[in-house]
This record gives sequence, structure tokens and C-alpha cells, in this order.
Amino acid sequence: MTTDTLLSVDNLRVSFRTDKKNTTEAVKGISFAIPRDATVALVGESGSGKSVSSLAVMGLLSPDAAVISPDSKILFEGRDLLVLSRAERRDLCGKDISMIFQEPMTSLNPVFTVGFQIEEVLRLHMGMSGKQARARAIALLDEVGLPSPETKVNAYPNQLSGGQQQRVMIAMAIACEPKLLIADEPTTALDVTIQKQIIDLIAALRKKHKMSVLFITHDLALVGEIADRVIVMRHGEIRESGDVRQIFEQPQDAYTKALLHCRPTLDTRPWRLPVIADYLDGKLEPQLKERQRGLTGSEEIVLEVRNLAKHFSSREGLFGKRVTHAVQDVSFKLARGKTLGVVGESGSGKTTVGMTLLRLHKATAGEAWFEGKDIIAMPDKEFMPYKRRIQIIFQNPYASLNPRFTVGQILLEPMQIHGIGANERERTEMAMGLLDKVGLPRTAFHRYPHEFSGGQRQRIAIARCLTMRPEVLVCDESVSALDVSVQAQVLNLLQELQEEFGLSYIFISHDLAVVKYIADQVMVMHQGKVVEMANSDDLYRHPAHPYTRALLGAIPKGISA
Amino acid sequence: MTDIQTSPGLWTLAWRRLRADRIAMGSMTVVLLYLLLLLSSASGLVAADWAREVGVNYAPPTFVGPQSADERIFGSTASDKEVPPENPLDPLKDIIRELRQQNAQPSSPVINDYGIPDPIGKEMAEIRQELAKTRNVESAAKLETLPFGADKWGHDIIKKTIKGSETSIIVGLVAAFLATLLGTVFGALSGYFGKAVDDFFNWFYSIFTAIPNMLLIMAVAAVLQHKGVLTIVLILGLTGWTGTYRLIRAEYIKHKAREYVMAADAIGASNWRKMFVHIFPNVSHVALVQMSIMSVSFIKAEVILSFLGFGVPVGVVSWGSMLNEAQNELILGKWWQLTAASIAMAVLVTAFSMFTDALRDALDPKLK
Repeated sequence: MTTDTLLSVDNLRVSFRTDKKNTTEAVKGISFAIPRDATVALVGESGSGKSVSSLAVMGLLSPDAAVISPDSKILFEGRDLLVLSRAERRDLCGKDISMIFQEPMTSLNPVFTVGFQIEEVLRLHMGMSGKQARARAIALLDEVGLPSPETKVNAYPNQLSGGQQQRVMIAMAIACEPKLLIADEPTTALDVTIQKQIIDLIAALRKKHKMSVLFITHDLALVGEIADRVIVMRHGEIRESGDVRQIFEQPQDAYTKALLHCRPTLDTRPWRLPVIADYLDGKLEPQLKERQRGLTGSEEIVLEVRNLAKHFSSREGLFGKRVTHAVQDVSFKLARGKTLGVVGESGSGKTTVGMTLLRLHKATAGEAWFEGKDIIAMPDKEFMPYKRRIQIIFQNPYASLNPRFTVGQILLEPMQIHGIGANERERTEMAMGLLDKVGLPRTAFHRYPHEFSGGQRQRIAIARCLTMRPEVLVCDESVSALDVSVQAQVLNLLQELQEEFGLSYIFISHDLAVVKYIADQVMVMHQGKVVEMANSDDLYRHPAHPYTRALLGAIPKGISA
Repeated sequence: MTDIQTSPGLWTLAWRRLRADRIAMGSMTVVLLYLLLLLSSASGLVAADWAREVGVNYAPPTFVGPQSADERIFGSTASDKEVPPENPLDPLKDIIRELRQQNAQPSSPVINDYGIPDPIGKEMAEIRQELAKTRNVESAAKLETLPFGADKWGHDIIKKTIKGSETSIIVGLVAAFLATLLGTVFGALSGYFGKAVDDFFNWFYSIFTAIPNMLLIMAVAAVLQHKGVLTIVLILGLTGWTGTYRLIRAEYIKHKAREYVMAADAIGASNWRKMFVHIFPNVSHVALVQMSIMSVSFIKAEVILSFLGFGVPVGVVSWGSMLNEAQNELILGKWWQLTAASIAMAVLVTAFSMFTDALRDALDPKLK
């Protein structure tokens, strides 16, 4: 590894115009360097300015909205990128510096074949002819590990899976042998097993082409597997930077420590997850005792599902019909006051199970027994009183709250519908009490959801469910869209509520570490079927099914020894 | 106990954005001035006496100056007095010359319009003198010129334009409201329920859009068989909902799959509640902008309808009926009615369009 610097960012300041007069500073004077032939990871939660910094390097910030301070410098091989003309910058970007984005589905143009899109880069930057470019495109697709590249080169993006699309993006990015590859959360949208493959691919390509990689992510555990150096950012400032070993083994900054410990891990299960405030205030209790989980078999069963199935049919051709078996033959028992974790990758049918239980999708077959009644077979009218007793918290707190309702309206509505509380004053009192319970200020009552952060919104969604005092709560990827630190807070809240109200959770997630923390029992789903179901400690210790083992093996474990 | 602190909702935020936009505020002021005019005219404060014949026929605007009675009736009469040159090949040229000479002699007995001595000429002359006297009396009471001119009957153009604005704007706004209401309700039902309901409304929509618009309007006009302001409102409203329907239907299809609607479903909200309490506030800006756009186009449509004679009945004045009258006047060189109606309409339509654009920008959630 050579020590000379490929890219150095010096005192970078970026502000965004919020309206005519005001600006907010997104990046507050950061400096870092990327050596040749090395991987540098930029880690931070949403709003930390990590993506903005990388966009500034690529020159992709809209000049109408973003202002880069005049004393900022971005030196690439000694040339200041910020003073180059647009044309010079364009020649450099795409050839010497290239980028992979988070969402491969939206980064590829859906109306062109992937071959055409790779060839375009080659023609523009390398001046290749059509035939040369085609041959090179096939070679590149082969290099990134796309099966049968000769036929896939003519495929349209929608004919490829998410992981394959990301491979195409990588092929496009390395097409011109760049010296610097910027990867902006390249695996966040992908399943955990695919994520592992992509990370390995990027690491292998980096070695082979002797390029440098700037890897941007929110996931510190992922960084340990790929990076040489780590830069931790928060609120537009660098909190800590250093060698990957040093960051993981002797973190100096409280925030870095918090990031490392907020995330549930596979090997321990603390009584309560530490949150960032614990570290920043220095009020961390030494070592919390471990929580024991699992079923003994003598618990009261609140919900029993038998042979649940859901088929979706789509029209194909003129008379044809295609049936997708989203869920097949799922059976489980949910014990009162306990949590059932449902794990699986996208398309495994785990969300559909939750939706069918709430009758948001109509089940094709199966039964769900709740208090001696089959809630799937009963008519809509009869189901109404059960609706308040089985509730759901959705994945995306940005989408599941009506943006035109104030928090107060959101909380009062279910009570009005179900006639809970004698009058509006009593209901308001109850709503205020719930705001306290979920840790939101009472002033939130008159505000709109868009004024709250993701974690706060998820608290509002939880409070909305609690207004109906449900017995079963389905959490559909409820913490997946949240930052690590916020995720810990919400998980702690769910835990506290379970203890206080004896709630039973069906916790649906793709994240095995989170499920390990919260679930007593775990059900692993794959392609609509249950492949394994066991008490969570047993499952994590002795995974029986090969698919479960593959899932567990793909989880990033931080630094590899 | 609790600190009551309300936050700005969508409309407050939109209003703030709108207020920062200079063009929006300018055009809104113009539109508001028109509405104020409309209100004062509708309540009879202004232009209630527009039907009084205050000026002479076609009294020109003051800055043009008065015209003679002949000019008023026949347009410019200067050419009548010119003697056409003699045609040497005309077989009647001698007779014509003779007649002209007779005509030129003032002392000759009463000669009728054909240049032939009139047997009852004297009596006719007396009658004419009598008539001239009475006409002079009337003319004295009427004004020779008005600030903005007068029409065929001597109505003051400015008052007529104000009264016309009232009709045109009311027709435009009410018809746009009706069309938006129909489009929104149909679109909501269709988009929300889908399936058979959607098929039915789509079929209905297809029929309406398959027929050329003018033909459809004439067909509805023929069915209603009654000329009146309400009729035009119904014609425009019943034929104009299709665009809004399409937009609102698409919005409902998009929104009904959103998680907040599923969340509402999960807490047990009824269909009606999901449609109008949950989804509608999220798509209402589409309806509002659509209504604003349609107001402009319906104001123009009313003008075209009245111009074609399908519009307001005789005795009601609108910009369209003014333009309809103006097409005959223009041949006579009476341009003031045309100008007044056109300017009044052009200013409102331009201001309203600009306001609509600004409104759309202010309400566009993508710009947030």
C-alpha cells in the first residue's frame, strides 16, 4: 500500500438554501484524505452530511440549492476540483472518479438495455467504437460476476434482480478504470445475503484494479469488513477518524462508542439497549444484565394461526392468469406477552403474513384463532371490535402517518371510531398520557408529523396503536427505516411497553440481530414457506436449516479477526 | 396545563410561499379587485343602471369626440357626398347629368330620393321638420360622448362591461366549481373502489371525451332548451369534469395503497372516512388548482358560447354577448365595445392564469 494521497478534502463547507435568505450548513468544514489503493469509510447517521460530502466530490450538488464555501478545497491528484470548469470536471468524473448509488433500481435508465448503458460510458470517456465497447461491456459484466453476460448484456434493468442491478452499476462505475470509486450506501437497499456478495465484490475489484474506494454507510459493522480507514461523522462534523482497528478496538469519541454498541449483536442480549445519550452524557451504567428469552411451552396462547396461505393472481396476456404464492401453509402460536420474530429476505412473504392477520389482505386459506373465534373467516362487521385488539406498526413512519393530520387528530381518530373515552376531553387526556408514555412532549399534540424525525414519528405510530389498547401488535419492519441510535430507542420502548401492558408482538424484520434482541421465538421464512421455527436462543446457537445458516453467515460482524 | 402550540398546516405554509412570490401577490390583487367589482355589481352598488340609455347611439369615447347623427347610423358618410366620375360609355349619361343638375338646383320643387319631382314632397318635408324637432329634444337629454363610449342603444360601455364581468365571472367560477365537484367525486369513487365502479366511470368518461367538445356542448344546450345563465353553468359543468376526474382518479389510486390509508384501515376507519377524511385532504390541492385552471377556461368558454349565440339570453349582458354585438359594430367603425370587453377579459384571464401557476407552485409538495 502506498502512502501518497489520491484525494484530499480540505475544510469543506456546504450549506443549503432553505429560502431566499436563510441557509443551513450541512457540512461544517471537514477535512480528510484518501490514500491511493485504500478503502476509506465515511460513517454516519442520516443528516450527518456524509452523502453531501461525496456529492460535493462528484460535483453533483445542484448549484441552485447548495453553496460550497469559497475556502473549501477538494484536491484530486493535486488539482482542485472546485475551480475546474464544468467540462473539465465532467471529463474527470466518470473516468477517474466514479460513483455507485444506493438504489440500483432508480439509478439505471429503465428504457435502455444494461449493455447500452455500460457502452455509453465507454464511448464517451474511452472513445471506443461500438464493437469494442460491446466486447468490453460483456467482459465487465463477467468481471462483476453476472451469470451469462452475453445474454444479460441485452437485458433491461427490470429483468434483473436488485443484486444484479447493483452489479451492473458497479460494472459501469469501473468501466473506465477509475482511480477513485465512491460507493454511497451501495448495499442498503439489498438483502443481507446479497449485501455480503456485493461487499466481497467491491473488495475484490479494489484489489485487482488498485483503486481507492470511498465507502459511505450508516452501518459501522459493515465497515469493519471492508475499510482500512474509518471517518465517523455527525451533524456535518468529523467526530473521529482513524485506522479501522483503532476505531473498533479503542474508540476515543463517545459517539463512536455509542454507534458501536447501540446496535444489537448476535452474541449478547442486554436488558436494555444503550442509546447515544447514555454515551454522550457519560451516564452509561457499567454492564447491564442479560435478558433471558424463550418459551417454556406452558404460556397462554393468544393467537393461533393454522395453515395460512395467500395467493396473488395477476393477469397475464389476454386470458392467462399467473398465481404468485406469497404465503403457503404458515402455522404458529403466539404466546401472551411474548414476541414472535418473523425473519426473511424480501419476497419471503413475511409482510404478507402480517397483512393477512389484520385482514388488510384477504387470506386465500387458513385460520387464525383469537379467543376461540376464527378472525379470518368472520364477516367484516363482526371483525370490527377485533380490529382494535390486533394492531400494526408499519415500516415507514414517513408514510404511515397522514401528513394532513396533526398528531392530536392521529391519536384521537381511533378512539373516536371505536368509541373509547366518554368525550373529547377524556380522549385528549388519554392521548396526552400516551404521548408521555412514548416519550414525546405534550406540545406534539398540535403539530404535524413532518415536523418530527423518523424515530419520533414511529413513536407517534406506536402511540396511535396504544390508544386502542391492543393485545397483539404486528411490527412490520418497524425499526428498519430508522438510524441505529434511534432504532435502539424504539426497541427499548417496545420492550418497556410489552412489560407494562403484556402485549404480544409479531415482530417482522429482515435484520436477524434485531430479532435476536427482541424475540422469544423466531420463524424463518423463505419463498412463502416457513423453513425453521424455534426458540430464539436455540435458533441462533444451532441453526438447523441451511437457509438459516446462510442468513446468519451473511450478517456483518464488525471487524474480522 | 399544556402549552397549546399550533403548527402551520399545508395551507398556512402554501400561503407563506405564495406571499413571498411577487407575481402571485400582484395577480391575486387583480383577481381580488375583479371579485370585489363582481360583489359590488351583484349587490347593486355599481352599474345597477347599466340598462339606462344615457348616451346617443354609439356615443364615442370622450377623447375621440362627438360624431354626427348620420355617422352614428351609417358609419362614416363622407364618401356619399362625392360625385362619381362620368362614364362616357353609359347610355344613360345624359339623363344622369340632367338629373344631377336638377338636384343641384336648390330652388327646384321638392325632389324625392330618386331625383323625380315628388307629388307629396311638401307634406313630407313638413313631417320631417316635425320629426327633427322631437329628435333634437331627445338628443339634448342624451350625451354626445361618454368616457368610454356607448353601444347601439346608448348604454354606457363601462357600466355594461362591469355588468358583463359579473355574469362572465360568475358563470366561470360556478361552472368550474360544479365541474370540479363532479370530477372529484367521480374520480374518488372510481379510484378508491376500482373494479366495477371504476369500469363504469371510465365508460362514462370515455363517452364524454369521445364526442368533440363543441358538439357535446351544443347537444346539452339543445337538451336543456332554455337560454339562461344557469343553463351555461350546467352546460360547462356537465361537460367539463373529465380532466379533473382523470387526475383525481389517478391520485386516489396512488393514495389508497399508501401506508397511512392502510393504517386507517387497520384502526377500523370506514370507506367513506378513508376516502374523504384521510385521502381527500392529501389530494385537495390538485382539485383546487384544477378548479382555478377551469375557471379561466370556462370564462373563455362562456365568451365563445355567447358569441356563437348559445350563451346568455337577450337582456343579460356578458363579455361574450358584448363581443357578439361588437362584430356588427366593427364594420361601422365602432370599436369601443369590443375594446372594453376584450381588455376586461384579457386582464382577468392573464392575472388568473398567473395566479393559478403560482398557486400550483405554492402547493406542490415536491418543492417542499
